[in-house]
Amino acid sequence: MAENKIRVVVAKPGLDGHDRGAKVIARAFRDAGMEVIYTGLRQTPEQIVETAIQEDADAIGLSILSGAHEHYFRAIINLLKEKNSADITVFGGGVIPEADMSVLLGIGVGAVFGPGTTTTECIDWLKNAVEEKSKKK
Amino acid sequence: MFEKKQLEEIKAGRERFDASAVKSLAKNPERKEKFTTGGGIPLERLYAPDSLEGLDYEKDLGFPGEYPYTRGVQPTMYRGRFWTMRQYAGFATAEASNERYRYLLSQGTTGLSVAFDLPTQIGYDSDHSMAQGEVGKVGVAVDSLADMEVLFGSIPLDKVTTSMTINAPAAPLLAMYIAVAEKNGIKADALGGTIQNDILKEYIARGTYIFPPKPSMRLITDIFEFCSKNVPKWNSISISGYHIREAGSTAVQEVAFTLADGIAYVQAAIDKGQDPNVFGKRLSFFFNSHNDFIEEVSKFRAARKVWGRIMKERFGVADKSAQMLRFHTQTAGCTLTAQQPENNIVRVAIQTMAAVMGGTQSLHTNSLDEALALPTDKSVRIALRTQQIVAYESGITSIVDPFAGSYAVESLTKQIEEGAWEYIKKIDDLGGMLTAIEKGYPQQHIQDAAYEYQRQIESKDRVVVGVNMFHVDEDDSARQLLRVDPSVGENQAKKLAKMKEARDNVHVKGTLDDIRKAAQGSDNLMPKILDAVHTYATEGEICGVLREVFGEYKENVVL
Repeated sequence: MAENKIRVVVAKPGLDGHDRGAKVIARAFRDAGMEVIYTGLRQTPEQIVETAIQEDADAIGLSILSGAHEHYFRAIINLLKEKNSADITVFGGGVIPEADMSVLLGIGVGAVFGPGTTTTECIDWLKNAVEEKSKKK
Repeated sequence: MFEKKQLEEIKAGRERFDASAVKSLAKNPERKEKFTTGGGIPLERLYAPDSLEGLDYEKDLGFPGEYPYTRGVQPTMYRGRFWTMRQYAGFATAEASNERYRYLLSQGTTGLSVAFDLPTQIGYDSDHSMAQGEVGKVGVAVDSLADMEVLFGSIPLDKVTTSMTINAPAAPLLAMYIAVAEKNGIKADALGGTIQNDILKEYIARGTYIFPPKPSMRLITDIFEFCSKNVPKWNSISISGYHIREAGSTAVQEVAFTLADGIAYVQAAIDKGQDPNVFGKRLSFFFNSHNDFIEEVSKFRAARKVWGRIMKERFGVADKSAQMLRFHTQTAGCTLTAQQPENNIVRVAIQTMAAVMGGTQSLHTNSLDEALALPTDKSVRIALRTQQIVAYESGITSIVDPFAGSYAVESLTKQIEEGAWEYIKKIDDLGGMLTAIEKGYPQQHIQDAAYEYQRQIESKDRVVVGVNMFHVDEDDSARQLLRVDPSVGENQAKKLAKMKEARDNVHVKGTLDDIRKAAQGSDNLMPKILDAVHTYATEGEICGVLREVFGEYKENVVL
């Protein structure tokens, strides 16, 4: 695993234009030695899943500040299942109320990071999650 | 500002002071090696008259209401009238938002500010596939004049001014507002308010673009021309630095990129043969009020001065009110913390004071719970009360530009001004803001600043109280938050389908065809769009036709 770089898709689903967080975390992942594919704005769940499969990604990180988080996380997790790609870890962050976080974790989201999270926390979590997964394989 | 001899004495004093300060450092070291503003401008330990060497009162500051407007755009400022207290609001349906507006007015807001949902901001009706999950979430869903009639029900549009945060589809939404007023017997020339209508910062920082730059600029100049003739009291644009700052820029970048956007709009309208002495009066601006109090006060003063010079010297504008930078302010959303959210009340109060000391014309104060969700009635009320306490109780509104002459504020005002000119020159050298955006220039600078800001928080060079210091474990899951009912999208789509059945669809199609023809040619689009909204053509239909003719913008992803 050590020689294999983690491949992560950082995506902005839907119409939300707040990309400060997505870009900062993408850059932090890159600086931490990961291979980062940043999608840009206005991605449909189909486009995001397609990108992740094509790029052979280990994980998809979604950034959502528009309140539409449940809709998009659900759509992406379902699509991954349909395409036999449920091994791709899904996580995310944004303006997401605490009460919604448990709902998202319940549908299979690996982690949800709220405002104030450090990039180091996200990096450590992702490295660990990918490692755990590769052990199971 | 000081006699030569006096300055020499002060400089000698400065040397004495520096020597003794350095001496004391051995025993009492300072907290940091270097001090900077929140935006990264290096700070002196002490500002004194020698810091203002070369400052010419008449030339650099002048009197309030006089060029270069550093000290404000009106002679009496808040002694005459307070700024407009204008809370940005809107969620779910037109009914729910109308209720919030009437609540805000009953609590003492003096202007309205409409937040539209993302589908409305990007020209999709509520039944469009791209609108799924987003209807009514960050603002109110408006598909047609029918929604707009409900949104402004029982609100006297000839008495309140309304600001609408709408950019790519500014034309159809302004048309709907005019149409609602007309239906209530109020003529367009009696309407006061603002449409944001600022597409360049959408490409740079905010993301709700639809069309490519060229047709977007045409829509904007069409609106300028239409408003100059028909809605003369309307601010036809709100050139916005707010979102540039929220995306992570420094204070200097906020001023520079906003004013560079302004230059692009003025030039575009002049190229269309419009007179900047006329449309220049209806240009308004929108800035962020961030945490660093002294820097922010200085920033607003610097922005007014730079814009005054741009209008007078670059564009030869003689009309005084067309030289003036008038602006709305919003406290900085990005400074709100999800942790210990009550602390945000204090942050907002400080930012409010900075905006007022800086001479804002209008202000939105953020609510304490906005790092978590849209604000509740109660938290909005606290935000509004913060403005009212500053206005009525703090006393800072009794003196015009009270910080003028402060060695520190005048020095920083000058530094921000010089920093902004440097960026503006660089953008000119690149060939103007449109080219700069294509090259990713402002985007790159903003992102670098945002990354640096985050890095400082993580290294604790930048302290965020309650987040990277003074943290407590708290269970906030029981907090009352505003929730938008998930059925809003479905209901809105049903309402839309019903409305489409009831209207005269032949008439609708005719007006949409007229828009298509006008878009293909060069006639002003506004009158055609106004005709269409009267027939209850939807925003999505109008933007759909424009999408066919103009195409869509593809983001230039910069990382």
